Amino acid sequence: MWNLIKPRPATLRLWQLGLLVLLFLFWHVMTRPGLIPPFMFDNDKQAAFFFGEPIKIFGVIRDWFFINADIYQHLWVTLAEIVMAFAIGAAGGLAGGLWLALSPMASAILDPYIKAMNAMPRIILAPIFAVWFGLGMGSKVALGVTLVFFIVFFNVYQGVKEVSPVVLSSARMLGASARQLLRHVYLPSATSWVFSSLHTSVGLAFVGAVGEYLGSSQGVGYLILQAEGSFDINTVMAGILVLTAFALVLDEMVGAIEKRLMVWQPKVGETEKL
Amino acid sequence: MAAPAIDLQGVACTFVSKDHPGQRYTAVQGVDLSVGAGEFVSVVGPTGCGKSTLLNVAAGLLAPSAGSVQIFGEPLTGTNRRAGYMFQAESLMPWRTALQNVMAGLQFQGVAQAEARTRAQEWLARVGLADFGDRYPHQMSGGMRKRASLAQTLVLDPDIILMDEPFSALDIQTRQLMENEVLSLWQAKKKAVLFITHDLDEAIAMSDRVVVMSAGPASHPMGEFAIAVPRPRDVAEVKTQPRFLELHAAIWGELREEVLKGYAQQLKKA
Repeated sequence: MWNLIKPRPATLRLWQLGLLVLLFLFWHVMTRPGLIPPFMFDNDKQAAFFFGEPIKIFGVIRDWFFINADIYQHLWVTLAEIVMAFAIGAAGGLAGGLWLALSPMASAILDPYIKAMNAMPRIILAPIFAVWFGLGMGSKVALGVTLVFFIVFFNVYQGVKEVSPVVLSSARMLGASARQLLRHVYLPSATSWVFSSLHTSVGLAFVGAVGEYLGSSQGVGYLILQAEGSFDINTVMAGILVLTAFALVLDEMVGAIEKRLMVWQPKVGETEKL
Repeated sequence: MAAPAIDLQGVACTFVSKDHPGQRYTAVQGVDLSVGAGEFVSVVGPTGCGKSTLLNVAAGLLAPSAGSVQIFGEPLTGTNRRAGYMFQAESLMPWRTALQNVMAGLQFQGVAQAEARTRAQEWLARVGLADFGDRYPHQMSGGMRKRASLAQTLVLDPDIILMDEPFSALDIQTRQLMENEVLSLWQAKKKAVLFITHDLDEAIAMSDRVVVMSAGPASHPMGEFAIAVPRPRDVAEVKTQPRFLELHAAIWGELREEVLKGYAQQLKKA
């Protein structure tokens, strides 16, 4: 029996799901009023008040998606913000990273500025962006871009710096022009760095969307903010869960693209047991 | 007489440490070296004598501190367009398959995709990799990668071939096969070859002329030996000929002292 479900590549998903179920079960048992006697709080309603109840959370999510079907406009706004922040930030980071890595003088001049901007706590910029770009999507996208840009930028910069000098010389001897070097050597060589940064950036793009939290009229962050105003912890948790699920989906998409583009990378253990 | 394929006159290369501008190292100095069109010249010398530096100068990857470089009678500016370079280290692009790697140079020149593919496939077949065109470099053995880079270099039909210890990482059998392959390809096309090696056997077996470099720093050619062994040669067989042994003894006599000097200097530095 154990051999059948032992953790191995084939049962990986099963174990991941099982762990999730276990987590929610634990949450349920700890918070459901009247299920177990309270040992942390004065009465058995308080745990549910502070941590929410999984069953009610799923109820909220069900209402959002199926009964009232009122989350779609909010979700649409939030996801649009995230994808835009992600795309603009990644494209900007890629271009900036390539440019600075290939022109040492510009890089030397801008170095302290880049470091300063990266060290700046950018979440604090959210209210400023709200003043600049209004309470609509613009300010949230701007916040997301500032978060995503630097991650991608530093990784691309590093990736370009680590191009094998032999491969570079070889391409030059084969007659590659500066443009061809960029397209056929620097870019492919930096891709593995780009993708590792994109995985980190997905999470940060979602952080950017939570700019909604600071002032907005729609979006999942707005729903969370409203629920928090009325101490509706279940709705807050539901919003967080929905965002997390979509973050996972976006990360999977990045992973799928990565798998397609990185076929040339050596993988460990390619032998097959016969 | 036609201008030599490569002509180095009074070439010196001094490297300055970026972090400590006071620290300089003169790798080569006063180098006069020429390779005629269609001539196969090997350069041997102790480790760290600047053999690869000379090759990079001839390739135009490195500008000499002093001296002139002429390629077929014209001063060299930028990378040497008439030369192909086979590196000591792995030089294939890991993100391209063998075929795409061989096609790279043709693509850079703007040759049509279909034609580039046919010509690259031809060269892959010539180096015995006809069925391995879709492999990525990490899926090939060291010998196959070397053969792929040989095809990558030669598909462009360069007039000059620069080789930097191309076979030093290979086992002895593969190495002899590759050496014979290079010799027969060279025999057919008669390109100018500048071949860098630390292996005296290899140098004598393959070349028309062997140049011995002195130990660094400020290394320079100190002896030249014409290898009057008839061609075509087989690198394994040629080593048993009495003429080969004589030459080997003569060159080694000169090289030995330099190798010891070079070794002593490395010990001092360590």
